Amino acid sequence: MKVPLSWLKEFIDIPSSLSVAELEEAFVSVGFEVEEIDEQGKDLTGPLVVGKVLTIEQVEGQKKPIRYVGLDCGETEVRYVICGATNFTVGDLVVVSLPGAVLPGGFAIAARQTYGHTSNGMICSARELALSEDHTGIIVLHEGVPGEDATALLQINDLVFDVAVNPDRGYALSIRGLARELAASLDLPFRDPAASVATDLYEINTSGVQVMIDDPTGASVIYIRTLAGFNPDSRSPLWMTRRIEKCGMRAISLAVDVTNYVMLELGQPLHAFDADQVAGSLHIRRADRESEFTTLDGQVRKLSSTNLLVADDVQALALAGTMGGLSSEVTGATTRLALEAARFDPITIAKNSRTHRLSSEASRRFERAVDPALASVASARAAGLLMELGGATYVGSATAGAVPAPESISFDPHFVSRLLGIPVSLQTVSDHLETVGCSIRIESESLWSVTPATWRGDILTPSDLVEEVGRLVGLNTIEGTLPIGGASSTLSPIQYRKRGVAQYLASLGFVEVYNYPFVSQEMVDTLGFTGARAASFKLANPMSDQEPLLRTHLLPGLLETAKRNLGRGAKDVAIFEIGSVFRDVAKLAHVSPVPTTSRPSAETIAEIYASVPPQPLFVGSVVTGSLDREGWWGSGRTFDWSDATNMALSIIELTGNTGTIVQSDLAPWHPGRCAEIQVAGKPVAHAGELHPRVLDALGLPARTCAFAVILSELPVLPSKSAKAIFTMPAATQDVSLIVEGSVPAAKVEAALVAGAGDLLESILLFDRYESLGDGKVSLAFTLTFRAADRTLTADEVTGYREAAVASASAECGAVVRA
Amino acid sequence: MSLSEEAIESAKDDALAAISSANSLDAIKEVKAAHVGDKSPIARANQQLGTLTPEERANFGKIIGQAKNVVMVALESRTRILEVERDARVLIEERVDVSIPARRRPKGGLHPLTILTNEICDLFLGMGYRVAEGPELEAEWLNFDALNMPPDHPARSMQDTFFVEPLDSHLVLRTHTSPVQVRTMLEEKPPIYVICPGRTYRADELDATHTPVFSQVEGLVIDKGITMADLKGTLDHFARSIFGPEVKTRLRSSFFPFTEPSAEVDFYFNGRWIEWGGCGMVNPKVLVACGIDPDIYSGFAFGMGLERTLMVRHGITDMHDIVEGDMRFSQSFGTGVK
Repeated sequence: MKVPLSWLKEFIDIPSSLSVAELEEAFVSVGFEVEEIDEQGKDLTGPLVVGKVLTIEQVEGQKKPIRYVGLDCGETEVRYVICGATNFTVGDLVVVSLPGAVLPGGFAIAARQTYGHTSNGMICSARELALSEDHTGIIVLHEGVPGEDATALLQINDLVFDVAVNPDRGYALSIRGLARELAASLDLPFRDPAASVATDLYEINTSGVQVMIDDPTGASVIYIRTLAGFNPDSRSPLWMTRRIEKCGMRAISLAVDVTNYVMLELGQPLHAFDADQVAGSLHIRRADRESEFTTLDGQVRKLSSTNLLVADDVQALALAGTMGGLSSEVTGATTRLALEAARFDPITIAKNSRTHRLSSEASRRFERAVDPALASVASARAAGLLMELGGATYVGSATAGAVPAPESISFDPHFVSRLLGIPVSLQTVSDHLETVGCSIRIESESLWSVTPATWRGDILTPSDLVEEVGRLVGLNTIEGTLPIGGASSTLSPIQYRKRGVAQYLASLGFVEVYNYPFVSQEMVDTLGFTGARAASFKLANPMSDQEPLLRTHLLPGLLETAKRNLGRGAKDVAIFEIGSVFRDVAKLAHVSPVPTTSRPSAETIAEIYASVPPQPLFVGSVVTGSLDREGWWGSGRTFDWSDATNMALSIIELTGNTGTIVQSDLAPWHPGRCAEIQVAGKPVAHAGELHPRVLDALGLPARTCAFAVILSELPVLPSKSAKAIFTMPAATQDVSLIVEGSVPAAKVEAALVAGAGDLLESILLFDRYESLGDGKVSLAFTLTFRAADRTLTADEVTGYREAAVASASAECGAVVRA
Repeated sequence: MSLSEEAIESAKDDALAAISSANSLDAIKEVKAAHVGDKSPIARANQQLGTLTPEERANFGKIIGQAKNVVMVALESRTRILEVERDARVLIEERVDVSIPARRRPKGGLHPLTILTNEICDLFLGMGYRVAEGPELEAEWLNFDALNMPPDHPARSMQDTFFVEPLDSHLVLRTHTSPVQVRTMLEEKPPIYVICPGRTYRADELDATHTPVFSQVEGLVIDKGITMADLKGTLDHFARSIFGPEVKTRLRSSFFPFTEPSAEVDFYFNGRWIEWGGCGMVNPKVLVACGIDPDIYSGFAFGMGLERTLMVRHGITDMHDIVEGDMRFSQSFGTGVK
């Protein structure tokens, strides 16, 4: 809400000693953020006067119309200027900046030779003086005398505060509301403009347009004031149009300007109908389903039955509280006016506005709740102005509904100190509550009955009253204390796990990224996702129509980010992300609306929880190029499928779990180079090289690798018992076995372990050789044995080795290499 | 050779001369073999002792022993000198330029949001809070209704909130981490002290200061006698820990459906007030919806955007850097190890 200081001063005697910063702070301290302060006229200096057009001479031979204009600027001589505008005639009053003046934007005015004449000044448009955006022509005045100081006449010098108004404070979308707040903040008396309106002059009778509220859920009270004899040629006075402009609106015509002026002043949106276009009475009712209606802006709107209308006996006349209709618009021929002021239901108007994407000054106010007591006052104020300025005469008023009486709140005033944590005297509490319009009846020292003002529909509970006192006391007077705190706590196992894994990867040279979880169907198809990974949730309103899906895996984002890094010149990329994925696989409970007036039942809470899908936590990584780089020490090493598998396995082992590697062909991995890793028989990770076709489609380098581990699937293990450390000497035995190439090394190793007996301390595959020419591979292992109590003899150890080999032969058809 | 004092003396002198002229450890080894080895004059003289009378044996034994001793001491000392010389030479030969960095592995890094989140969680863990987390795809009731944002609340419009199809699934991408607060209040009895970090979503276009996917941290305290002064003190402590001991905070009255009174919290940093987040005393309506008696308990809540916190603290001027995953960005922040 833009508020000119000059207008505020009509209702508060603000000392001129207050600085701009002090005024700003006064707004901020009571909860109104000042978004901008416009010191209007600050960059306009020098002579700016009213001029009367005496002569107009067309300058011939120019592409655009150029006029050489003779002006009476209250001087002895006629002043001549060149002007490119054509919206004025001889006898009009205009605004002339004389040589020596500097206009906003540093535009200095000087006498100059142009179009074969000497131009001794400039006739100004509203935009050139920064009064408004209007640059369709120059300003034509209807007030003033030649030579009069136009800076004063146009009230150019002013301070306009653009104040942010929180959605619960509809009353503050007005000069009245903000003046009340500023006065309270500065501790100055406030003159309420609503109090000076004599509503009793406007008798309720049946002479004018009548009104009925057919749907009481849509409006609580409405006033219609009918005027006749309005002179359509009457003009808005400068004092009114300038205030409207300073508030950021445009002046249009007297009838419209008056409704806007009163809305800005009091906060009550008004609508003026051409009373001759109203058939019968006005009705506040819902729209008929599927009906159509043309708003003032010429748009045909398809109505729904939730839309609230102002209609006459025949047709819809206005989308209530949002925008008027074309058929009953006030025109240049209108002489009979019906002024509507109503208190519409905020939610209804919000829906009117939202379903038709039509946010107006009126709907903005109605949505935030308008003081129901204003309907009578504001309509009377507007009628008075139209009678005074437009020659109208009063016909009559009609009303329907009633101003609802605000409910009183039982309030223990000590609650203020208790909740704020600072001492606030009961006197201060009652002073501040009265300042914001509350009336107080003291039942006892600890029980007050507090009735909020009609404009404070947001004050409903004792906490709301504390807020009012708190902001007037000043939240900044609160000295901070610290609560005692809960029982000290630690991270949960999964939180430790997230940190540990991130730290581990970062320490190894991987870089963490955070990707958006939005994915395209094309990406899902490219990656060949099926099953759970193709069961995406779809957003109803995605940022981009191309990416409406939520990720089922971290790979889509990681691959895009890898590509972005390569595109920016990175040679090697090793990135990882830890994050949740979303898979539409679980059967979700369907929740019907649950009231919030008490804690839901245990069953309902369980149902709400069960309506939310499980969202597993993944760590994923994409690596392309080398992690072990080349340099002066020698060549680097490309990160390959085995590194990826090793990383996934290491992460699993980091959590104390043991993983088993199984050959896999899961997309988008290379079908021959993908490891599935299982923990306790359950797949928890995939790792390896990515499918060449996928890499090709995404424009990523060949042999790019990836791994992903479902962190939330890894069991959290209990703390382990210590294992004895044996100090007797170890004995090692090497075995070299030949197996079919299709036999996984992991299986051979498992068989050796199973056969080697309890004294096997460790096993290491130290060689793998597959050029035997017959599809067979040679695997060489070192077995290390150790006993707790003795040095093992050669015979003993040989026996264990043979038992291990026998097991591998039986399980995997392994034979000892000769 | 016959035994004589002169002969032994001469063998000793020969040995000492050879020792002092030996110039390498190899040479000294040869000298040792020739002059004190089995076939050396001194050794042979010793072998002849058996042929002598007991008196002569005692006399020559002493002379030979002394001679050998002198030779051995000389050998030892010469060897040590030669070893030192060799060591010095070899170590000089083996010297390398250690200033050459051997960066075989590139520098890894955590995303600075992770580092900041960890820092904040640790701060609040120390103050007796628990770190609470929850799902990002969340029930509308937990994200809105329970927080005094009824179905017609403007924030629930499609312009602000991501909804999942079909709309009657009543699932949204959470717009704040407040549903974690609600879950905590439904699951636990007061006293409650939790800090809730996490990813949140609002339908804003990505630009220099906005991103549709962002991170928040919220705090919630529910206990007996909790006041707004407790909130202010907690925010002061929080701000000082994140931005430095000189930092001040201020509360500005504001509006949120889930708190009453509500305030914006600003902090004074590098000469200006910067908006940090929202806070307030938990609205009794929220307590009631979660089954906590507002006549017994009160509480405060606060929440701030981590991207904004990060941008201010580290002078990041463009949100794109935070969301695009350029490795150079996270690498520059390292791993957060102090």
